[in-house]
Amino acid sequence: MRDDALVNVENLVMYFPVTAGLMRRRVADVKAVDGVSFYVRKGETLGLVGESGCGKTTTGRCILRLYKITAGNVYFKGKNLAEMGGKELRSMRRHMQLIFQDPYASLDPRMTAGDIIGEPLQVHNLVQGREYQEQIDELLRLVELEPRMAVRYPHEFSGGQRQRIGIARALAVRPDFIVCDEPVSALDVSIQTQVITLLMRLREELKLTYLFIAHDLSVVRHISDRVAVMYLGKIMEITDSDELYDNPLNPYTQALLSAVPIPDPVVDRQRKRILLTGDVPSPINPPSGCHFNPRCHMVIDICKEEEPELRNIGGEHWVACHRA
Amino acid sequence: MSIMRLIPYPPGIIVGGEIIFKGRDLLKVTEEEIRHVRGSQIAMIFQEPTTSLNPVLTVKLQLAESLMLHRGLDKQAAGEEAVKLLEIVGIPDAARKAEGYPHQFSGGMQQRVMMAMALSCNPELLIADEPTTSVDVTVQAQLLELIDNLRSQFGTAVILITHNLGMVARYVDRVNVMYAGRLMETGPTDAIFAEPRHPYTIGLIASVPRLDLPRKRKLFVIEGLPPNLARLPQGCPFHPRCVYALDRCRQEKPELLEVGKNHYSACFRSGELGDKRGLMDER
Repeated sequence: MRDDALVNVENLVMYFPVTAGLMRRRVADVKAVDGVSFYVRKGETLGLVGESGCGKTTTGRCILRLYKITAGNVYFKGKNLAEMGGKELRSMRRHMQLIFQDPYASLDPRMTAGDIIGEPLQVHNLVQGREYQEQIDELLRLVELEPRMAVRYPHEFSGGQRQRIGIARALAVRPDFIVCDEPVSALDVSIQTQVITLLMRLREELKLTYLFIAHDLSVVRHISDRVAVMYLGKIMEITDSDELYDNPLNPYTQALLSAVPIPDPVVDRQRKRILLTGDVPSPINPPSGCHFNPRCHMVIDICKEEEPELRNIGGEHWVACHRA
Repeated sequence: MSIMRLIPYPPGIIVGGEIIFKGRDLLKVTEEEIRHVRGSQIAMIFQEPTTSLNPVLTVKLQLAESLMLHRGLDKQAAGEEAVKLLEIVGIPDAARKAEGYPHQFSGGMQQRVMMAMALSCNPELLIADEPTTSVDVTVQAQLLELIDNLRSQFGTAVILITHNLGMVARYVDRVNVMYAGRLMETGPTDAIFAEPRHPYTIGLIASVPRLDLPRKRKLFVIEGLPPNLARLPQGCPFHPRCVYALDRCRQEKPELLEVGKNHYSACFRSGELGDKRGLMDER
């Protein structure tokens, strides 16, 4: 465990039972997260990328202890959240917040923007009397909205503005750590850049630490200091954001990168293309050995039998691949 | 949708203009004739395959239906042709899968079924409307390679509607940049990316993060919101968000002007905007 880590995840496992029949007999498990370890330093942004169903959202939610985790430990400021419950957990949650993907679904349509942003302040008993309104005004200004908008309802805002309200709500309790779960994927391109720029400014100003979950590799790399690539509940590679593009070592990372076209035809034409075949297999019954082996362009015999460990190959570069 | 005459009337009205397809104005042909063009000569794939497929018909039957309708095949032959099409679009074990229902297919596979349906009558024009927004990047790459192969193999013309600039750079020969219902800039892909001449195009290109450029690079932010189409601003529709806007832009609508070979831009200041870095400096 690292001393400078704000969040430390050790062998995190999260299985969801699949039940069948009248007695709800457990017939299988969805192995959403299957032995994941990483750390997030204070003030750092760790990106988490992968295709749908790879377990990135579940990982984020496990850290916030929104699930009762199957196995493993999650340390936040040195305290193990996995063993916590009730009051103790609730008081820890004040320091950790979540920004959701869908700005349409994550705001209560019957509450005003002001009440939405103010609710966490009341839940955690953080302000009294007149200070309440002042805090809301300040939070709105922080996310570049106007205080007079506090009386409006979510449907009166655009998608980008709603996401700003979601961000203001997360900031209300002055958290140290925020899990951003696909915060820009539902927005228009020009609005995406506005929100990314806002998140980066807030990180500097408020000394925040982010876990930034997204499937868009260019966005993740832009905002993150380091990036972890997940596939079927496992981490395939973790490395510095620049190294990720310059020197990806896991064939899955390479394929993922090559699938993202660069918005410059001259540059894009010169890139090597790796085209993956097929879909991501079911996490109920993942392939034996390396989970990626059936789609891998560099597969050898050992990959089908033995699961590769996530190992350090120098500096801050970790990779789980027999061929790396 | 207008090209296909799929905009419901009322309330939608095509107020003016022409849609010339193979020398014929599609706005002047009868409903009967357009039905023949639709599907058999012009095909369309939509953003969300889940809502475009019929959930209570097997995939094979849905495909066979259009084959019987447009190509006059009997049920047996249409069924066989349907399986063949599913193989072309890369669905593994197509004969067995064809008997399944859409919900048994993943998003990427559903989009392949849509593509098989679009191809069933060898269309001359394929309109792909955000075909990959609901799928993962690796599947997105598979689908676009597929469209690209079909284009080069069968000579199908493709209109790719997307907001993804990377996809434009990789798969497209010519680009039309639209904003608030108007064409802002049009030209060959290489020219649009190397020398964009409209502030909106310049802003878009500078605003997206790129994998290959230094990470600490500041992104350009296009401030403001897209306009309400019912209450468009006077003059150029982009002027409230444009860093280059002059008084003239608030009064008059700029027309498309030639700025290079086959390259046109609807901006009064296109002439000055030869170098896109100028925009970043001005801020």
